[in-house]
Amino acid sequence: MDSPERTLVIGCGALAHELLAVIRASGWPHLVVQCLPADLHNRPERITGAVRQKIRAARARGGFSRVFVAYGDCGTGGALDRMLAEEGVQRIAGAHCYEFLAGSAIFERLADEEPGTFYVTDFLVRHFDRIVIRGLGIDRYPHLAAQYFGNYRRLVYLAQQPSDERIDAARAAARRLGLAFQLRDTGLAPLARALAFVNRETIQWAG
Amino acid sequence: MSDDYEEIDLRALDDDELVEQMHDDLYNGLKEEVEQGTRILLERKWGADTVLDRALVGGMQIVGVDFRDGILFVPEVLQAANAMKGGMEILRPLLAQTGAEPIGKIVIGTVKGDIHDIGKNLVSMMMEGAGFEVIDIGINNPVEKYLQALETHHPDILGMSSLVTTTMPDMKVVIDTMKEKGIRNDYIVLVGGAPLNEEFGKAVGADAYCRDAAVAVDTAKALIRARRLARVA
Repeated sequence: MDSPERTLVIGCGALAHELLAVIRASGWPHLVVQCLPADLHNRPERITGAVRQKIRAARARGGFSRVFVAYGDCGTGGALDRMLAEEGVQRIAGAHCYEFLAGSAIFERLADEEPGTFYVTDFLVRHFDRIVIRGLGIDRYPHLAAQYFGNYRRLVYLAQQPSDERIDAARAAARRLGLAFQLRDTGLAPLARALAFVNRETIQWAG
Repeated sequence: MSDDYEEIDLRALDDDELVEQMHDDLYNGLKEEVEQGTRILLERKWGADTVLDRALVGGMQIVGVDFRDGILFVPEVLQAANAMKGGMEILRPLLAQTGAEPIGKIVIGTVKGDIHDIGKNLVSMMMEGAGFEVIDIGINNPVEKYLQALETHHPDILGMSSLVTTTMPDMKVVIDTMKEKGIRNDYIVLVGGAPLNEEFGKAVGADAYCRDAAVAVDTAKALIRARRLARVA
């Protein structure tokens, strides 16, 4: 049955846990999350088409009054925003998920401080081997690590829900790549602020 | 367990077969085999420029096409590039001895705040393979460093690369500064990098956006030719 206030949030799979955690904690059951595979990040030119397909499929199926996109530009060079303008859909502000997970001010400071910063989130710490080591072929060609990470100086763990185990895993990832380690406990507040905006918009529209 | 790979005696192959085998070896990132094939062709009195063009650049072009089509991924492209580098190391001193004029000169680097140089390095390698003199100014270049390199090296082309959305606007800073100084039209400006596109290239005032290394080489050649023709006319 159609519920006019229901909003579909199309998100990156790398944000699935965090989006659901914020929605649960904030008591926003009318925000429904559907995710695309996080592996799309390895082929950013495919993100725009995949998101458009998801938007159109949701509209064709019905059941949502609005659609919102929880992606950054994510290396699409503005193509995602142009498509979203055509579709009349808004997205979370920010160049990529590191920015809206850390908050723009903190992210800018980190990037200015050290351009050679490799960011990991809870998701990337959990899937470091699959996405970074195997995804970049370092398991098969270990010498490529120097080509990928030779210009990086440090790994910053932007932690949404840190645990001792995850911090240790992030530290081990830094060691494996030969990078200095830094922990930034961002929590979920910056993402919650971005989603609060969607929630407000939904209420205004429905009202 | 059976071995999928069959040992091939490269010396037993005729020239065309050997070139074809080198394309396969490049595709599979087999550096030692590519180096061996390069040496054999030189022993057979091939010119270094012909080996470079037919065996190495030709092979890398196939890799480029399959990367564009999503058949190959970054690790495989890097392996292939490393194999090509092996061959180029052998050819470089021989090419220098020929005294042949480079077909053009390019200054290339990544923009301020951007330390990602895999794409830039591939472009540099393919440009060199195509006969350009390449001045690689490395990573994280502020506008002053680009201007200094232009003044020092007087290239035909300035190439700027960026992988991160947040560093892309710096390309416009460089081009606008060149305009302010009245030197913009002295150079061909090419831009590239994964998040860029043709529209962005136009918006920042570049002469062209190059989506990959092969396109960068073709574009560079075409624009240099056009510029030289225009000077003659």
